[in-house]
Amino acid sequence: MARAAVLGRLTWQDGTVREIRRETAAAASIVIDLPDWSGHTAGQHVDVRLTADDGYSAQRSYSIASAPEPGRVELTVQRLPDGEVSPYLTETLQPGYPLELRGPIGGWFVWDPASSGPVLLVAGGSGIVPLMSMIRSRAAAGSQAPFQLLYSVRGPADALYATELSQRQRQADGLRVDYVYTRTVPAGWPHPPGRLSAAVLAELTRGDDPPLFSPGGLPPEPPAPDRRSAPSGGEPPGHRAGQAPAVFVCGPTGFVEAAANLLITAGHQAGAIKTERFGPSGG
Amino acid sequence: MQNYLDGNVLAGPLGEVFAVDVTSAMGQCASCGAQAAVAQAHVYPDAPGAVARCRACGAVLLRLVRAGDRAWLDLRGISCLELQMPSE
Repeated sequence: MARAAVLGRLTWQDGTVREIRRETAAAASIVIDLPDWSGHTAGQHVDVRLTADDGYSAQRSYSIASAPEPGRVELTVQRLPDGEVSPYLTETLQPGYPLELRGPIGGWFVWDPASSGPVLLVAGGSGIVPLMSMIRSRAAAGSQAPFQLLYSVRGPADALYATELSQRQRQADGLRVDYVYTRTVPAGWPHPPGRLSAAVLAELTRGDDPPLFSPGGLPPEPPAPDRRSAPSGGEPPGHRAGQAPAVFVCGPTGFVEAAANLLITAGHQAGAIKTERFGPSGG
Repeated sequence: MQNYLDGNVLAGPLGEVFAVDVTSAMGQCASCGAQAAVAQAHVYPDAPGAVARCRACGAVLLRLVRAGDRAWLDLRGISCLELQMPSE
């Protein structure tokens, strides 16, 4: 925690939008140049403030998606249909526009790249964003910490970062990615759609999985993310409770509640589980 | 009482007031004595301000209201805070 206990009160900074990338039909990543930004710790968030010409202003919190970098930060924003700020950020904002930010914020829900222990990341929907920052930070730091991501999404079209996650997983450096589809599954998917359950959690984290693909037998280029797409040489084992991974759970309140209960029932220590719930105020 | 968030969400508003991150501090509930990080409290953001409750007993730990050029902070539900600080 000490690293994140930055001294100095939060103040607003003026940033400029550098780039906007569409991630899914409803989500976009926004790269922002911030001259006074000194970097962040994976898992932290920022506040974004929009001010209208008449002085009306609205403020929302968004997780940082990128690995730490001085002078630059990247957010991924999911548009909420009845939101006030997210439709502007995902549909109106253009490169070159100014954007007011403050941060980095939060010293609890963070992963320190210097820690080498196993990590289990559990994402519901756009709850993947701060966890993606952890995955990117791990790669940027050259960390070998075993990482497993369980990513629950409605369907393949809703999955953020699918191509990048697939590429990172194929590097076979200790990152494993497993998908749980709740409404629509890709063609040929061996499981019906369903929520994360005790059985699915046990299956994905049992820790003694044989490789799904023989060494040298790379899986085909992924048209859609697989729940269990293995890198060449076999996938890393899942993170069962007995390995005592640090656990980060992020998503809507209901998802986090359910996932945290499943994890505790599976034997994870409550003290090893950090949660970040987001609600309608994210709009 | 389902619609709550984690104490993490207070890091911004409290960061306007304090120079250290209060959400990663360990706090003791004045009502039941449970110890947890402020980030682990249950926060109800839809009141006029933010209300943080003890995840163990539900008692109010903290209330924070921000309006105009003022902030009102009620911490009576926390009997002690243990903060991470730079070494003296």
